Amino acid sequence: MSVLVWAGVMVIGGAGSVLRFYVDGIVASASGRDFPYGTLVVNLSGAVLLGLIAGLAIGGNAALLAGTAAVGSYTTFSTWMLESQRLTEERQYRKALLNIVVSLVLGVAAAALGRLIGAHL
Amino acid sequence: MPEPAASSAFTESGLVDGAVSAAASGAPPPPRGARRVLPRPDGRTIAAIFAGGALGTLARAALAEAFPGSATSWPWPTFAVNIVAAFLLGYFVTRLQERLPLSSYRRPLLGTGVCGGLSTFSTMQVEILKMISAGDWGLATGYAAASIVAGYAAIHLVTGLVRRARVRR
Repeated sequence: MSVLVWAGVMVIGGAGSVLRFYVDGIVASASGRDFPYGTLVVNLSGAVLLGLIAGLAIGGNAALLAGTAAVGSYTTFSTWMLESQRLTEERQYRKALLNIVVSLVLGVAAAALGRLIGAHL
Repeated sequence: MPEPAASSAFTESGLVDGAVSAAASGAPPPPRGARRVLPRPDGRTIAAIFAGGALGTLARAALAEAFPGSATSWPWPTFAVNIVAAFLLGYFVTRLQERLPLSSYRRPLLGTGVCGGLSTFSTMQVEILKMISAGDWGLATGYAAASIVAGYAAIHLVTGLVRRARVRR
């Protein structure tokens, strides 16, 4: 594993994080801030992409850069949990539960869809 | 020309500090809708997210490469970074928003950048998918449940700790 690959991981990881910031901001301002749609859209779109990469069965440095670095940094677990926890603090229990369950169920479905597409490409 | 750049940076930090010292001096907390409104994304904000994201991603990728697993083994690297990132994000957000004067780059650097880059949702979902494909529904369910319970508990715990520290002071 060369220094160049790890430099690539950092640059792509930084870019993925910036993209997440913009997509989250655009979706959140379009949908209102009653429900964390921004993170949901980021995470589901990322799950499709990573499923696609898994379906394409690429490995080595390409998987590290495209999957672990790019899609991995674009999606976020920590914000998903933070937003769920803050919703329960505001006694929005139904929304918090919905945020957790919908993300999880649709996330696995999105990854399966991506993998299916990738396997047929 | 250094002169205009310096003066615009001064104006910007003046605005941010002013807004927050008003909030810190006993004004009611902003409604939920306003919570996620960050300082307008300028070059510094984006650079902070980029730098934090690069570091968080490097740490996660290094762990993933150092401890590769199989489809039916517990994905310790992903599990660990997600729970640690949740804990850190809970700490940073609570402390930065409720205790310290808001800075224009700390939240993007540490929260959006480091924690967002360190944690990952997509890898977790693909891991769950592979467990299901391998027929290991028990592991898939256990991994999903443990990640959510531990991630949620980490944020709940650290939020309480940070707030308690504030009250004691």
